Amino acid sequence: MSTFKQHSVLPGFNLALGFTILYLSLIVLIPLSAVFIRTAELTWSEFWATATSPRVLASYRLTFGASFAAALTNAVFGLLVAWVLVRYHFPGKRIVDALIDLPFALPTAVAGIALTALYAGNGWIGQLLEPLGIKVAFTPIGVYVALTFIGLPFVVRTVQPVLEDIETELEEAAAMLGASQLQTFLRIIFPTIFPALLTGFALAFARAIGEYGSVIFIAGNMPMISEITPLLIITKLEQYDFAGATAIAVVMLTISFILLLIINLLQWWSRRRNA
Amino acid sequence: MTTITISYPSKVQRAALTQEPVWVRWALIGLALAFLTLFLFIPLVSVFYEALKKGVDVYFAAITDPDAVAAIKLTLTATAIAVPLNLVFGIAAAWAIAKFEFRGKNILITLIDLPISVSPVIAGLIYVLLFGLQGWLGPWLAEHDLKIIFAVPGIVLATIFVTVPFIARELIPLMQAQGTEEEEAAVALGANGWQTFWRITLPNIKWGLLYGIILCNARAMGEFGAVSVVSGHIRGSTNTLPLHVEILYNEYNYAAAFAVASLLALLALITLAIKTFLESKVSHQKEPIKKEN
Amino acid sequence: MSIEIRHLSKQFGTFAALRDINLKIHSGELLALLGPSGSGKTTLLRVIAGLETADSGQVLFNNEDATSQHIRDRQVGFVFQHYALFRNMTIFENVAFGLRVRPRQNRLKDQEIHERVTNLLKLVQLDWLANRYPHQLSGGQRQRIALARALAVEPKVLLLDEPFGALDAKVRKELRTWLRRLHDDMHITSIFVTHDQEEALEVSDRVVVMNEGRIEQVGTPDEVYERPANPFVYEFLGHVNLFHGRVHQGRAWIGDVAIDAPEHAEAENLAAVAYVRPHDIEVDRAINGESALSAHVVHILSVGPVVRLELAHQDNQNKSLIQVEISKERFRDLQLVKGDQVFIKPRRLDLFPHQLH
Repeated sequence: MSTFKQHSVLPGFNLALGFTILYLSLIVLIPLSAVFIRTAELTWSEFWATATSPRVLASYRLTFGASFAAALTNAVFGLLVAWVLVRYHFPGKRIVDALIDLPFALPTAVAGIALTALYAGNGWIGQLLEPLGIKVAFTPIGVYVALTFIGLPFVVRTVQPVLEDIETELEEAAAMLGASQLQTFLRIIFPTIFPALLTGFALAFARAIGEYGSVIFIAGNMPMISEITPLLIITKLEQYDFAGATAIAVVMLTISFILLLIINLLQWWSRRRNA
Repeated sequence: MTTITISYPSKVQRAALTQEPVWVRWALIGLALAFLTLFLFIPLVSVFYEALKKGVDVYFAAITDPDAVAAIKLTLTATAIAVPLNLVFGIAAAWAIAKFEFRGKNILITLIDLPISVSPVIAGLIYVLLFGLQGWLGPWLAEHDLKIIFAVPGIVLATIFVTVPFIARELIPLMQAQGTEEEEAAVALGANGWQTFWRITLPNIKWGLLYGIILCNARAMGEFGAVSVVSGHIRGSTNTLPLHVEILYNEYNYAAAFAVASLLALLALITLAIKTFLESKVSHQKEPIKKEN
Repeated sequence: MSIEIRHLSKQFGTFAALRDINLKIHSGELLALLGPSGSGKTTLLRVIAGLETADSGQVLFNNEDATSQHIRDRQVGFVFQHYALFRNMTIFENVAFGLRVRPRQNRLKDQEIHERVTNLLKLVQLDWLANRYPHQLSGGQRQRIALARALAVEPKVLLLDEPFGALDAKVRKELRTWLRRLHDDMHITSIFVTHDQEEALEVSDRVVVMNEGRIEQVGTPDEVYERPANPFVYEFLGHVNLFHGRVHQGRAWIGDVAIDAPEHAEAENLAAVAYVRPHDIEVDRAINGESALSAHVVHILSVGPVVRLELAHQDNQNKSLIQVEISKERFRDLQLVKGDQVFIKPRRLDLFPHQLH
C-alpha cells in the first residue's frame, strides 16, 4: 500500500491529479523555469552588471518605494474601511462594500487612463493640486496613486472577516473590567487583527511591485525618475536585449517568491491565531 | 442601612458599552468614505464622464470602429478558450485537493497560486523566451511557419497563464468545507464516478463554480500587461480591448479611448454585481445543512 | 448475512486505530460498537463498509472474503453520522438515488421506483415530506431519511455511524426505540457505533466494548454491565465505586471488612481494587453482625424512584465520595438526613488485583 495517498472510495484521483500537474507544468512551471535557465546563460558578473545598473537600481527604488508607501496607505485606510463596514451602519453600505473589489475587476489599463485623466494638470483633481505646487501625473507620486488604487481591496478583504468574528462578549468583558474603548482596541482588537492586517499589507505590496497596466499611463516613464521595473523589462525586450530583460525578471521573480512564502507563513499564523 | 439597587443593563445600554460615541462613528465613516471617493468612486465615474464628454455619436463611433470590433472579437476569442480550459483545470485540481489526502498537497496549492504573484509582464516574457524568434522553440516554429508570439496563440497563452488559479482557488475551499460524506454516500448507494460527480458534486458547487468563472472571465477580458508583451500591437489583428484602449490613448484620441474603456468598466461593474449576488449563495453552500425556520 | 472479522489492524500514521481485531457478527443481530472517542469503533465500521481499507486482516461476509471488495459490491447500507443527505435533491430523490444509479439493465421502472420509495417513506413515517429538501427537515427527520435511503437498495447489512449523536436528548430516546422496533421487523444484520453506554445497552442485542483500538469485551448488554471483563469496561459502563484493599487466599479486605472472593483463592496478599456498583452497596444505620465501613451522608438526591446518596468514608476525607443507590422505600425506612452516620457493605464486587489507580 502506498503511503503517498490515504485510501478513499472516491474515484478519479489519478486522473484529476495527473491532469492538474500536467496542465500546471505546461502552462506555468516549465515556462517560468525558462526565465531561470536563460539567466544561467549569463556569467555572474554579466548578470550582476545588468541587474544593478544605475537605471535598473533607480527603477527598483521607485517600484519598491512606491509599492511600500501604497501598501502602507492601504493598511491604514483599509483597516479604517473594514472597521466602518463591519461595525457601523450607513446608507449605501452594501454598494460601497461591493465596490471595494473594483480594482480587482477593473482592467488595469482602464484604471490607468482614468487616474491619469484625473490627476493631469487639467483633470478634476489635478487642477486643484496644481496651484498648490503638487504635480501627481507623470511623477513618482502618480505611481504611488496608481499602486494605492490597485492594492485597495487586499487589506479590507483580509481584515474584514477577522473583525466580523470578534465576539461582542470579548469587548463587553474588557469594558466590564474597566478598559476604556481605546484600551480595548489597542489590547484586545488590534492584536487579534494584526496578522490579517500584515497579510493584507504583504498582498498589496506583492501585487504593487509587479503592477504594470495602471502605472505606465500615469508615471510618465522617465528613466531614472519615474520608470518602474516591469516597464524596464518591456523596454529591454523591445530593444531585443533578452539577457537584460531576463536578468531583471529573475530578480523580480525571486522577490515575488520570497513574498509568497512570507504571505503563506502570515496566513498560517493568522489562521492559527483565530482558530 | 443602605439599599443597593442592582439594575441590569438593557440591550441598548449594553451595546453602548462597546459602541463608540456617535461623533467618532460618523467621523470614521466620513474619513473612510472620503478615501474611497478619492481613490475609487471618482476614477470610476470619470471613465464614463470622459467617454460621453464628446457626445453619444462619438461614443458609438468609437465602439463600432472596425478596429474596436476586431479587438472585441479577439478578446472574446481569447476568453472563450482560456476560461473553459481553466474551468476543467480548476475542477480537476479541486477534486484532487479537496476530496483526497495526499502528500505535498500544500505545495501543490502554492504552485496553483503562483501566477497571481508573478508580474504580468514576466508572464508575457516567459512565453517570448519560449516561443519568440530568439526563444527555444522560435527557430523550429519559424521553420514550420508557425507564429505564436505577436499572434493570437501567444495572447491566448498569456491569458490562460494569468487566469489559471481563479476557478481552482474558489472551488478548493468550498469543496473542502463540504467534505466527502455526500460523495461517499453516493458511492455506497452504488453510484459510479461520473454519476457521483454529475449528480452530487457538481450541483453542490454550482454557485462557487459560477463565482470562479465570473472572476476568471473578468481577468481574462481585462488582462493588459501579459498580453501587451506577446501581442505586437497589430491593429485589427492582435489587439485586445485593453490594448486598443492603450493605442487610442497614446494617439491622444481620448474620447475613443474612454469609450472603449467604458465597455470594460461596465464589464467590471456587472462582474461585481453578479459576484455580490453569488457571495451569499456560495457561503450558503459552504455551510453544513442547517434547519431553516 | 453474517460477518466475520479476522486479525484486522490499521494505522493512521503513528496512531494505531485498530489492533488485531477479531469479531463474529451473527446474521440478523443488532450489534453496538461502544467506546470512547479514538477507540477505533468508527474505523472498524468504515472498514466493514469498505469506506476504509485495513493494513492487514480480513473481513468475511457469509464466510466469503470481502476484504478487497468495493463498497458498491458489498451490499451494505451506510448511515453517516451527519446523515450526508444530498442537499440539492428532494427527500424523494434522496431515497430514490440508489435505485436510479443502477446500470440500465437492472434498473427498476420509474413506477416501481416510485412505489418502493413511497413505501420506505411510509416505513419511516415521513411520506408527507417527499418533496421537501434536506435543509427543511429537523435532525430526527433527516436521520430517518438517511436510514430510508440506505434501506432502498435492500442492503444485506446496515451500518450506522453514531446514529443519534447529533440529536437532542428527547428525539434521541424516541429514535432509539424506533430503531429497535424497525430492526425487530426487518431482521437485517445491523451494526451501530456509539459512545453512549445507555444507548448501546438499551438498543442492541450484543455490545462490543472498544478501547485504544482493541476489543475489551463482547457480550449481551446484561453480560457487559453485570460482569465486566476488566476495569476499563467497569468504569466505562455506568457508575462504579472503587475501593482499595488487599486480597489473600480467597478473602478480600477493604479496611477491616472482609468479603469472600473465591475466584481469587490463589492470591497471596496482593494489593487489589474492588469495583462496586452503586446499587450493590448495602446501607445501614448500625453494624449488624459482621464489620462494615463507616461513612457519613454528604448529599442526598431523592428525585425519581431511586435515591442517590453520596457518602464520605470516615477514615479518608480526601477520597472521592462513594455513590450509593437505594430504593425509595429503603430510604424512607432509614430516614436519612445530611450528616448522618451510616455503615456500608458491598453486596457484590469484582476484584482486580494489582489494578492500582
